[in-house]
Amino acid sequence: MTINTSIKITSEKLNLQDCYSFVQDASCGGISLFVGTVRNATKNKEVTLLDFSGYEPMAIKEMQKIADLAMVKFDIHKIAIHHALGELKIGEIPVIIAVSSAHRKAAFEACEFAIDTLKETVPIWKKEHFEDGEVWVNSHP
Amino acid sequence: MEIQLLFFGIATDLVGENSLPYTIEENTTIAELKNSLISNFSELKNINEFAIAVNEEYADDDLIITNGDVVAIIPPVSGG
Repeated sequence: MTINTSIKITSEKLNLQDCYSFVQDASCGGISLFVGTVRNATKNKEVTLLDFSGYEPMAIKEMQKIADLAMVKFDIHKIAIHHALGELKIGEIPVIIAVSSAHRKAAFEACEFAIDTLKETVPIWKKEHFEDGEVWVNSHP
Repeated sequence: MEIQLLFFGIATDLVGENSLPYTIEENTTIAELKNSLISNFSELKNINEFAIAVNEEYADDDLIITNGDVVAIIPPVSGG
């Protein structure tokens, strides 16, 4: 199934065109793209940057599981899941998910499934940096 | 027997290490390891909760750890 999935973790800038080109196919009637972008605030507090780190070999495995499961669950043609690590500024892109399918509904559903599951299972962490300090997201009681 | 511990995210900051060797009894389960970790690294109490991965796969509480396993402390993930 790997031929229909593209999984990548990189400390370089993510490339939207790469994800699009991977999934694009003459048999498909549509491509759904989810692009995660760094937001400028958390709970009304200004964010300066996000620092992403990961357990890379396990994160790759978990991302591959999501892609493989999406291929089984939904009637889609191809899926790409790419994630960036390192320091990202406001507006920069930590994650891209691209899905192609013959009919649009499957691509929309698979795209939402992939980002929702990624946020629950893939061992990647972000630290929010503020003017006056930093916080690991989701980590405090 | 000896295993290798890996720390990530907030756990790295709290414990001050990325990786440590760790000695446990034979037939230790994940649930027992978690208790042992919390008593040896009391800083881990400051995390919401954490999961354990053994050899790059999430492990259930009743899994028995074997000699040489690579055991990762996985704080709540926040990718995307």
